[in-house]
Amino acid sequence: MNFPILSSLILLPSIGALFLFFSRSNKENNITVKYVALFTSLVNFFLSIYLWILFDQSTSDFQFVEDRIWIEGLINYKVGIDGISILFIILTTFITPLCIISVNNSIKNRLNEFLIAILVMESFMIGVFCSLDLVVFYLFFEAGLIPMFLIIGIWGGTRRVYSAFKFFLFTLLGSVLMLVAIISIYWISGTTDVIELYQQGIDSKYQNLLWLAFFSSFAVKTPMWPVHTWLPDAHVEAPTAGSVLLAAILLKMAGYGFIRFSLGLFPVASEIFTPLIYTLSVIAIIFTSFIALMQEDMKKLIAYSSVAHMGFVTLGIFTIQQQGLEGSILQMISHGLVAAALFLCVGVVYDRMHSRLIDTYGGIVSIIPKYSVFFMIFTLAALGLPGTSGFVGEFLILMGAFKDNFLVAVIASLGVIIGAAYMLWLYKRVVFGKLINSDLKQMVDLNRSELFILSCLAVPILLFGFYPDPLINTIEVSISDLIDTYNINTMNN
Amino acid sequence: MINLELVFPEIFLSLSIMFLLILGVFKKNSSVLIHNLSLIVLLVTAVITINETLGIEETFLFNGSIVIDYLSSFMKIMTLIAAFLVLVISSNYLKAFKIFKIEYPILILSSVLGMMVMISSNDLIVFYMGLELQSLALYVLATFNRDQLKSSEAGLKYFVLSALSSGLLLYGCSLIYGFTGATNFILIADQLGSNEYALTFGIVFILVGLAFKISAVPFHMWAPDVYEGSPTSVTLFFTMVPKIAALSVFIRFLYVPFLNLIEQWQMILVFLSIASMLFGAIAAIGQTNLKRLIAYSSISHVGYALAGLATSSNDGIQSSVIYITIYIIMNLGLFSCLLMMRRNNEYYEDINDLSGLSKNHPLLSISLLVILFSLAGIPPLAGFFAKFYIFKSVLEQSMYFLAIVGLLSTVVAAFYYLRIIKIMYFDKEKEKFDTDHSMWLKFSLTASTLLILIYFIFPSQLIEVVSRINII
Repeated sequence: MNFPILSSLILLPSIGALFLFFSRSNKENNITVKYVALFTSLVNFFLSIYLWILFDQSTSDFQFVEDRIWIEGLINYKVGIDGISILFIILTTFITPLCIISVNNSIKNRLNEFLIAILVMESFMIGVFCSLDLVVFYLFFEAGLIPMFLIIGIWGGTRRVYSAFKFFLFTLLGSVLMLVAIISIYWISGTTDVIELYQQGIDSKYQNLLWLAFFSSFAVKTPMWPVHTWLPDAHVEAPTAGSVLLAAILLKMAGYGFIRFSLGLFPVASEIFTPLIYTLSVIAIIFTSFIALMQEDMKKLIAYSSVAHMGFVTLGIFTIQQQGLEGSILQMISHGLVAAALFLCVGVVYDRMHSRLIDTYGGIVSIIPKYSVFFMIFTLAALGLPGTSGFVGEFLILMGAFKDNFLVAVIASLGVIIGAAYMLWLYKRVVFGKLINSDLKQMVDLNRSELFILSCLAVPILLFGFYPDPLINTIEVSISDLIDTYNINTMNN
Repeated sequence: MINLELVFPEIFLSLSIMFLLILGVFKKNSSVLIHNLSLIVLLVTAVITINETLGIEETFLFNGSIVIDYLSSFMKIMTLIAAFLVLVISSNYLKAFKIFKIEYPILILSSVLGMMVMISSNDLIVFYMGLELQSLALYVLATFNRDQLKSSEAGLKYFVLSALSSGLLLYGCSLIYGFTGATNFILIADQLGSNEYALTFGIVFILVGLAFKISAVPFHMWAPDVYEGSPTSVTLFFTMVPKIAALSVFIRFLYVPFLNLIEQWQMILVFLSIASMLFGAIAAIGQTNLKRLIAYSSISHVGYALAGLATSSNDGIQSSVIYITIYIIMNLGLFSCLLMMRRNNEYYEDINDLSGLSKNHPLLSISLLVILFSLAGIPPLAGFFAKFYIFKSVLEQSMYFLAIVGLLSTVVAAFYYLRIIKIMYFDKEKEKFDTDHSMWLKFSLTASTLLILIYFIFPSQLIEVVSRINII
């Protein structure tokens, strides 16, 4: 019974990375190296599916809790999951193998090190989603900077150095204030254990400052307007697999952090700062959607659309409505899949034409039809067409928002329209139209591995679009419990 | 009745120094022999220290002018081990510069002796004697490569400025003696009472002197020049060993006699700490010489160690000791890398010489990567925990300003560490460096990297060791 399944999830990728580290990398064994990495991440994926099967959906208590003394009398290594975190863990273990499969087209040099970075990154990301101690959380949250910095910096595009530095310093700057807050919580409450903090609550006179300190970190990571500027740079310069990890999982850490820590630990302050979040979210939705409309670089366009989508997520979280919160989590999962798929789509044409500019393309529907079909599915999912997972999330968020604040919901709904505009326009300019650039004729359609990756992503997007119940059932109890505690806490103050 | 065995390490060390000197004079070409013998002497002294003094309760010797307690034993052992490692990894460097002479190990031994006296001192005069013994040896060491203009300049600069600070320190000592009539720390503590303001002057002067020795801002001016000019092996010694001694003197001087005047000196310490953290981080950004860069980074690390001292709690002192321990491990690794930057018997120390290191020397560059991220304080490496303990004790005293400035300056500092990583990993490769390094050099690099890397698995051990330090 007491098999430490979460710790295994965290450790397994790192062990795989250790194997890779001791294997000599050269041209011949590149394939072997890749299979080792793929095998590790697939084992991890099945382990997480097994975890989902074992998971008890009827309770909001933390399950699979492991509690070990780590620093004597100070910090315990404590991990555990509830309905909110399990989906993110599965998302992580699902995306990572796809990233690893996708590398054979884009990463030419130092494949071994690249895979090590990805696997280590996976360890840290899973760690973030299941840690139940603030210091452990911070450790994983920050540690992820190291592999990501290297992924952008070593394998990135032409302006990679600038982007890598910007990414690292922005995130670090946001996070150090969170460290101050975490240590302060230790001295205020005597513990950094999340479950204990949930039970005893934090004195409301400290909550505002603590909330702001956590906010500074999560806002940068989300990213919220106006600290979103690192994201387009990082996305554009990162290699495809890096962009996928960044968009699909790294951004979700912040959304998860808002739900788990900002709402859970500081309900009083969350109530006070909800207007701030609403304002920033609405600006993000409208403003970055307009910016996305004007982009000429495909990756940049998707990056800005990520900011807008994350604006919906933060909006949904702070509605503190069952629908809003469920919608946010679904939106995060869906965006994880869709953004990953879109970046992979851009990667596919980039590998062939070495250009990310929209102008380069046009009229490729007749040359690479399979690709165009997949690209269409993901485009429609990104703009939230009913029947795709993007719709469920956005719809629930807007429903929650209408209950809470009519004006905000109306403005946010406008964002949906602009979102449809830039995504459809992008699709039109890339896929349809006249074939002007004659180089495009040499493009070959999707090869087997690309076909496999994109289908893997398309299936859950459509499945959860029509039938989101498995996801909703998993998170429902945890969310309603969270909202109940939240309401009790804010009533009392 | 005096327990002479408690000072046996010092006695053994001084006798060995004299013996080695005589041996060096009478035996021709004995530099290798003396080098090896000094290594053995350092190890034996460390063993004696562990055996004789480690488990001892606080004991005073020679009318209370020397104290043996856990803090002093711990710091002495650390000094001895650090000096041993410095000596053992720098032999190839010295040979390459043709300064592998008998004086070098003997000077190191004498400065270590001075530091041991400093660490144990419980009396202003004994403390000053120890300080001068170590400083005089260090002046000579700084100029050791005397054919090089820069080295002589470094030594001269160090000598002049250090003499000035010693003068200030001595002036402070005489003020304190004048107002309390005592030089013994414990007697001073009894006499504090009425002379608070006058004594504050004395404390300030002594703090200035000590801040100079530990190169805290605004008394740091000498450090970059001296670190750059001295031979690399000596710079390595400068950045590690004297800091241990100076820190323990800081602890004892502030917390034994002047604990009751805490309002007076706490602000000075907070200022020193903030100024060092910030200035060290900002000034390092523009540096292109690695040794200069390390000088500034060591200034900012000293700032963090001082932040722990400013808290006036046992927790804070312990976190400073932890910080300096981890800092020394990181520094050892950093300098091992620096000593490996050798091509055709020529050593390189410009930051651009690291360009593209990751392609030619993947293992060396990954070690350097780990060390640099750790210096920047990124989890889960040891450097993060060092900072974590410091800020934990700082925030316990609700010193929010200090904590926030400190953490913000880690972000600034992260920039220049990242710059080195960028040059190593993102830039075009240059010629390869030589790979025939001595076994000890490889060992110290591997050991320090591994310690930094896996520290997070067993963080409690170091805390346990340090938690026996109880000064207040």
